[in-house]
Amino acid sequence: MTSVLHIALEVDGAGQHPAAHLVEPHTTFATPAARPGVTPDAHRLRTVVAAAENAGVTFVTFDDSLVPVAGRDPHRVDAVTRAAFAAPLTSRIGLVPLVHPAVTEPFHLASQLAALDHASTGRSGWLVGAGAVPGARAALDRPVADGQDLADETADVVTVVRDLWDSWDDDAVIRDTATGRYIDRDRLHYVDFASGGDGPAASPALRSAPDGRRAPFTVKGPLIVPRGPQGQSVVVGRAGAVPGELLDIALVSSLGQAQGTGAPLVLVDVAVTLDTDTATGAQRLEALDRSAAHTPDAVVFTGSAAGLVALLTSLRGVVDGVRILPSVIDDDVPVLVRDVLPALRVARALPTPRPGATLRDTLGLPRPTSRFAATA
Amino acid sequence: MSDDRYPNAHVHLGVFFQGVNHSTIWTDPASGSQIDFETFRQVAQTAERGLFDAFFLGEGLRLREQNGLLHDLDVVGRPDAITQLAALAAVTTHIGLAATQNVTYNDPADLARRLASLHALSGGRAAWNIVTTDNAWTGENFRRGGWLDHSQRYERAGEFVEAAQAIWDGFGRSVSYTGSTVDLRVSPTVALSDHPVLFQAGDSPDGRDFAARHAEVIFSAHGTDYDDALAFADDVRARTVRAGRPEDDLKILPGTQFILAATGAEAREKAHWVKEQQVTPATALSLLGQVWGEDLSSYDPDGPLPAHDPRIELVGETRGSARHGADPRALARAWRERAEAENLSIRQLVLAQDRQRGFVGSVDSVADELVRWVRGGASHGFNITPWLVPTGLDDVVDHLVPALQERGAYRDAYTSTSLREHLGLRAPVPHRGALVDA
Repeated sequence: MTSVLHIALEVDGAGQHPAAHLVEPHTTFATPAARPGVTPDAHRLRTVVAAAENAGVTFVTFDDSLVPVAGRDPHRVDAVTRAAFAAPLTSRIGLVPLVHPAVTEPFHLASQLAALDHASTGRSGWLVGAGAVPGARAALDRPVADGQDLADETADVVTVVRDLWDSWDDDAVIRDTATGRYIDRDRLHYVDFASGGDGPAASPALRSAPDGRRAPFTVKGPLIVPRGPQGQSVVVGRAGAVPGELLDIALVSSLGQAQGTGAPLVLVDVAVTLDTDTATGAQRLEALDRSAAHTPDAVVFTGSAAGLVALLTSLRGVVDGVRILPSVIDDDVPVLVRDVLPALRVARALPTPRPGATLRDTLGLPRPTSRFAATA
Repeated sequence: MSDDRYPNAHVHLGVFFQGVNHSTIWTDPASGSQIDFETFRQVAQTAERGLFDAFFLGEGLRLREQNGLLHDLDVVGRPDAITQLAALAAVTTHIGLAATQNVTYNDPADLARRLASLHALSGGRAAWNIVTTDNAWTGENFRRGGWLDHSQRYERAGEFVEAAQAIWDGFGRSVSYTGSTVDLRVSPTVALSDHPVLFQAGDSPDGRDFAARHAEVIFSAHGTDYDDALAFADDVRARTVRAGRPEDDLKILPGTQFILAATGAEAREKAHWVKEQQVTPATALSLLGQVWGEDLSSYDPDGPLPAHDPRIELVGETRGSARHGADPRALARAWRERAEAENLSIRQLVLAQDRQRGFVGSVDSVADELVRWVRGGASHGFNITPWLVPTGLDDVVDHLVPALQERGAYRDAYTSTSLREHLGLRAPVPHRGALVDA
């Protein structure tokens, strides 16, 4: 375990408690700037991510779903689009959108994340979506894998996405004026990936196929986007939903799961409801739960900033980091950035990204060598 | 001019960051990275400084090949369009952001949501350039494979657009759409007050009719010759009216390039230089090889054309780029005859065959010509393909735009932050073909 503690922050919507969007927005994050053309969505994104970056958060995650999630705010902008918007507004923080491997086309997914890696100069990650997506089949007009089929599908999609990121060697663009060649075509590679699965192959006939079964697919390659600054975006996934050896970071929901994930780094999810100037965390949580009952799949912390600092400090050396799931962004993030993260900085518990550092650099992860690159 | 059909018309400008054909000169010392975000930022911000309507990104979903090999002579690789435009939305404030997106290899529920997301974050600046691709070769990168029959490509496009419009209108409801190529039911997740603007580039009769029914801006290659452009514009106006829409519902923005200099003679000299840079010796052999349907890269570009006829059965092996419509044997014969008559080498012949595109001249003469185009009805403006990236728009913005402003034919400032309003388009009407459940 590294000696620093990486802090990640989930910044989706109004917060992670299902009643969060019912709380009247009341901080700078929610005040639309008095500028034409700046929407509340854009303003919130700018200000929340800036606050996280300024406080020393290693990366933010953007939860997402193609279809509304029951009991949650139905309005939600696509996560990759949000992360890309944040990219040129930031310089140190990692940007990690959720994309579901069984919903989004693998080729598009790889292109989007590679473009995000270029736009962010190497600060992109992919939070691998997990779990069934009710309604996806009707939205996509094809069966969407579920159960063990979904686990197998996820492993295949992570594999082919990494293949596609490797399908351009880092030095594929040669711009050789002598021969007029822009690329050396030998430094680009067909991935020729074939997934598993015994459902019907993808075709219009899929419409009548039963849902939940895998439809086998193939991807030719190469990617249409050159290899990104990080080589491969940082792949973040839930332990158990994605094989550890395919991940850069495993997310776990309890300390008991932190051992043996097989992933290079382990972050534990911590759902926080903090004391504010007007109410204790316990009072706030009670009020939120009255609107919508909620049992987070995470370590739960409810209380003071000092208490959270103590908890986080105790996790240093136990896990590589935590992902904070704020109950209500407008209430919890101001306390986090004012009272929690500064204490960790003072204790030298947070990493200090160097100017120009990629997310891999900040996390201490090696830059992957392309699996196709010829060994010199 | 008394014969102006549209005496108060203004010129609308867009920039098409195309990247992947031989028009982009990557060998020039001023040519920047073709993938770094800073290059895109510079082009978009320059265009916004020039009060352009829109910044466009192209897209191709499989890297081009010739004779079974990746095409290596032009710029290869570009960012995912919507992702890149979302990043550009954060560093621009007014310019429209248009993404080329394919209807065959996207899912309507997913693409409509991503476009809506760009529209929401940019404050109403998103546009979608609708393209069709039906070949199984591109499909090899996607789950569905080569699933769509060629005859169904515009049917798919029409159904896809109607489904997308229903999704954009349907926040808070459940939207369903049933057609022969699109069948979906989804609850939209992005609340919008209007729609992304719809662009389309199709020159065939079917393509023009599709634009007349569905699009709000039509791209074309009719951006060089006035009479040709006017004939195209009159044709699409007539089709638009026949589709039951006012003629100005569809804005006409042909693609073009500008080569500007202090005098006409200098501009023509510069145009010749640009073309020589674009058609490198290797590119000349490659373009010739497309006609002959074989790899001619071992020929001497400064030597004579091949003596043999094209191998007909192999024509069409160039993948991911426009194919030659003409009979290759007849074309090759004509090229050989011209080369012999004028004593031209391969490269000289290819340069001579590559007709001058766009506008070449002094700033004042080009400005006069652009005003004549828009006031005569030949177009509403132009999509500029810069031959040098990222600095290729500088002289347009620094010199041509002020010349148009002096002529009262270009905005002096943005009057809105919405692309729809920049273009003078109406609010979108919910599509009658789409069923939206209450």
